[in-house]
Amino acid sequence: MTERAHVAVVGAGPAGLAGALTAAARGVRVTLVDGADQAGGQFYRQPARALGARRPEALHHQWHTWERLRDGVDRHIAAGRISHLTDHHVWCVQRESGSFAVHALRGPAQEEGVTVRADAVLLATGGYERVLPFPGWTLPGVVTAGGAQAMLKGGLVLPGGRVVVAGTGPLLLPVATGLDAAGARVAALVESADPRALLRHAPALAAEPGKLAEGAWYAGQLLRHKVRTLSRHIVVEAHGTDRLKVVTVAALRKDGRIRPGSARRIPCDTLAVGHGMLPHTDLAETLGCTLSEADGTAVRVDDEQRTDVSGVWAAGETTGIGGAALALAEGHIAGRSIAARLHGTAPDPRSWAAAARARTRLRTFFTALEAAYAPPAGWAERLTDDTVVCRCEEVTAGAVRTAAGSLGAGDLRTVKLLTRAGMGWCQGRMCAPAVAGLTGCPLTAGRRPFARPVPLGVLAGLPDD
Amino acid sequence: MNPLELAQAGPGEAFTVTFDGRPLAALSGQTVAAALWTAGVTAWRSTRGGGRPRGVFCGIGVCFDCLVTVNGRANQRACLVPVRPGDVIRTQEGPGQDDD
Repeated sequence: MTERAHVAVVGAGPAGLAGALTAAARGVRVTLVDGADQAGGQFYRQPARALGARRPEALHHQWHTWERLRDGVDRHIAAGRISHLTDHHVWCVQRESGSFAVHALRGPAQEEGVTVRADAVLLATGGYERVLPFPGWTLPGVVTAGGAQAMLKGGLVLPGGRVVVAGTGPLLLPVATGLDAAGARVAALVESADPRALLRHAPALAAEPGKLAEGAWYAGQLLRHKVRTLSRHIVVEAHGTDRLKVVTVAALRKDGRIRPGSARRIPCDTLAVGHGMLPHTDLAETLGCTLSEADGTAVRVDDEQRTDVSGVWAAGETTGIGGAALALAEGHIAGRSIAARLHGTAPDPRSWAAAARARTRLRTFFTALEAAYAPPAGWAERLTDDTVVCRCEEVTAGAVRTAAGSLGAGDLRTVKLLTRAGMGWCQGRMCAPAVAGLTGCPLTAGRRPFARPVPLGVLAGLPDD
Repeated sequence: MNPLELAQAGPGEAFTVTFDGRPLAALSGQTVAAALWTAGVTAWRSTRGGGRPRGVFCGIGVCFDCLVTVNGRANQRACLVPVRPGDVIRTQEGPGQDDD
């Protein structure tokens, strides 16, 4: 072989950057392929350059880690060891004899096809937010919590002036504090989890004092800014005609039912809502990588971060939701494994012992966190029949219930064929968890051939093989 | 405090785009969605079934709720497409159709 071994890293968030840096430092040529115009992914998303932010760190946590990653990648780019393809949206990774073809769409209009060929692939495609439906959730002004944060970090814009942040999970804290710091009035933080559930998982959580301190810091910020926090409360309904005007929140009893008489209305123009995260697994599924048995939503990897498809590694949220620190550890391990394997040597796990210890600790921590922040029991029963569940195809909860009930559908695919839920633009990414919850069907892989819409001209232009 | 002040942003001079014929100020670096939010616009699509208004939902290109017509091209994700001087942005009705 005359050319250096070459890995394509898909995704320039924490996992992809750590993997790219680690592999490049060990003599592997890296092509970093990412849809954004700057590296960082969602966690390190920064204001667009043209906005000239002198203090981009104002909306961030762990900025120094980002600076180290960025400077490292920049050095490798300058030395020709990493090529960074920005604004490249990968729609499929194909296995060819002994190599891989990474197909992307270039540019903001995503209409021009580009193919990168590599000896190995690291999938670091991250995750996206899960939002469970409720009456009114399709009203303009209702946004995902992560979406509100992304628009704020990237475009320096606020969705409105008076915001309610609601749902469940650790993301709600930085979203509420970020919106507050940027000038929005956060009328309430509505968290469905019971603080006592966190206590039940105290041993696992206490093993990560840094993470707990982070949570406490956010909680302190909210107190300081007099943001009202309502635990064991949910948004029952969002009201408005053409846009959001008011939300009704109510307290939950221990059994997940609404405490009678607890409903109250909070005027707001924005509801930032989220119920945890899901891994992006489209590319892995198309490649034939096995997803984990536990819930079927994350890419299964071994101790080296290898998937069960030879030549394909995965790291970060795509292997299970666990935050940026876990993504960095996994990316680092993947990068070392890739370098060794591509150089034809056996990797030495002792060389990544510290990262492996962090990985174990953080996975345990997030398993406990996930249990504590599970969506409240009974959310699906509370959905009215006329609530839209599939936002793209406007399929209601009633139609989905009928499909699973009298029509006998027993899996998401059959529900889709009977109702069109999951057949629209987003291909079920938004509604699949809700359809699964409503029908009792397991949340299975979407088996989408393409990770995003592809113009027919690009498909037609691919060479035959 | 506003987000631009918080990040001590020094954006270039604002330029003009139109939304349904109405002139709006936009900043280089913003997406179409960010420009519309700045102008207080939160809905720019009506669904093809119920004709219901929609705007940004996921904000990161996953959900397709924010589809909009830009310079005659329908079905553009407003949260991904950068706004450019002189852009003609129109509310997308139903499935949307390109002008040309």
